Amino acid sequence: MSFQFDSLQDFIQMSGHGPFVWACYGITFAVLVYLVFSPLVRRRRLIRQHQAWLKQMDRVREVARQA
Amino acid sequence: MSNWQWFHRLGSPRWFYYKTEGWVPWLAAVSGILLVLGTVWGLAFAPPDYQQGNSYRIIYLHVPAAFLALIGYYVMAVAGAVGMIWRMKMAFVVMKSAAPIGAALTFLSLVTGAIWGKPTWGTWWEWDARITSMLILLFLYLGIMALQAAFQSRDAADKASALLALIGTVNIPIIYKSVDWWHTLHQPATLKLTSAPTIHSSMLYPLLTMILAFYIFYALVLILYTRAEILRREGRTQWVIDLVKEEAKKP
Amino acid sequence: MPDALAAQTPRPVFAAFLATLRRDLLLAVRLPGDMANPLVFYLIAITLIPLSLGPEREVLAPLAPGVLWVMALLATLLSLDGLFRSDFDDGSLEQLLISPQLLYFSVLAKVLAHWLVTGLPVTLLAPVLGMMLALPSEGYWALCLSLLLGTACMSLVGAMGAALTVSLRRGGLLLSLIVMPLYIPILIFGADVVQNAVLGDPIRFQLAVLGAFVTLAVALAPLAVAGALRISVDAT
Repeated sequence: MSFQFDSLQDFIQMSGHGPFVWACYGITFAVLVYLVFSPLVRRRRLIRQHQAWLKQMDRVREVARQA
Repeated sequence: MSNWQWFHRLGSPRWFYYKTEGWVPWLAAVSGILLVLGTVWGLAFAPPDYQQGNSYRIIYLHVPAAFLALIGYYVMAVAGAVGMIWRMKMAFVVMKSAAPIGAALTFLSLVTGAIWGKPTWGTWWEWDARITSMLILLFLYLGIMALQAAFQSRDAADKASALLALIGTVNIPIIYKSVDWWHTLHQPATLKLTSAPTIHSSMLYPLLTMILAFYIFYALVLILYTRAEILRREGRTQWVIDLVKEEAKKP
Repeated sequence: MPDALAAQTPRPVFAAFLATLRRDLLLAVRLPGDMANPLVFYLIAITLIPLSLGPEREVLAPLAPGVLWVMALLATLLSLDGLFRSDFDDGSLEQLLISPQLLYFSVLAKVLAHWLVTGLPVTLLAPVLGMMLALPSEGYWALCLSLLLGTACMSLVGAMGAALTVSLRRGGLLLSLIVMPLYIPILIFGADVVQNAVLGDPIRFQLAVLGAFVTLAVALAPLAVAGALRISVDAT
């Protein structure tokens, strides 16, 4: 098992097939990264929403106590 | 009784959420390492194909994506069936989470297939039996996601999309066989698309690495989506309120 | 007490089936406009083909089998939304669900009624439209036979989509989206029957497959429809 290309240039061009191969790897990894980060972002946002809701509830309780 | 305990626990969103907390970093690390390993191996160290040259290196993405796209459908359908039969909340959460992941992987297998087709067959799109079946699978995924999104009531959304997923499960073999039959009927004589006769081990090992990497990656992403969905659904329960308060203390 | 018991025992299955069928057919006959819509759609859609591709017989004839089938599929698809809609709106669907009759047969009767007022007329109209598209004369019997089986199958399969979306206010487009992929096997074999008949090839195998699809759909689809109707009624 060894590096299959003569040079970095050769590795990028892949005897003419480079654009196709690299496009595939680029798109795939973009989608994979999106798949990982979209639930993480969503989780963050949900927690922030819950926090806002809790704060609001606290304020409601505060007002109720003063009244 | 104790044999079934895990099953009942699995039905508890809270248990699932805390149990998987510790798994996430491990799954992320293993799938990340395997993905990098398989990619470098497939791109740089596997020998070029004697017919297709270097363009065949797309196989290391195309095949695992197509594989998981199909398995993902069954994961979704089985989760839906479990939810329907045992009225298990968690199963529906998993089902809903599996749909966008499966759709994304189906989309990936179509796009990589199309890009692979250009240097190999000289065309971006070929009405090949497998490609056509994948396209229909994408439609099924999109239909289930659209149905899930259309209902106001969460309960009805879960059950309706689970039922549609089950209907799809019965139909997938029929669709696949029909498309296969249709394709042999219309296959132009000049194009021989049935490729992949025997694959040499120097090409097979990186492929197996990538398939394993995609499997673990799928598990990771399914868990992440499921955890986010749990938080959304359980938002007003005490344990989530405690969790949110805990998160607020963190910087 | 015996009277109360008699009222509770279900009517014989066949009588209940016929009653549902009769009711739905009566409703359809009293609203002939709804019945005509798929046919008018089929006619207009077929008219668009020569207008877009050109009126030459040599152009139209090879396309006719496929086009006739695709448009018949779309005409059936458009009629599906009404299958359970009015029953859902006026509450008689709920009555159907809680009635002591087996839901399987009630659903089958409703689908049969739907097929009699849409699929069957579409099948009967198809040869006329075939003439307009210069379908070669060998294709007419095959067209009718394949559509006869195909529309029955499409009504059954489509009923599942109609039942799933009936509680949604704007379910029409969604219904098409979820049902169309399920129609693909029917389209493949149905269009091939006509294609083969035009070429003079045997069509027995394809017709047999269509028949198998109908049998499978008769056996399974009403069960799925019944489940979907329960979900939809519970949703409101």
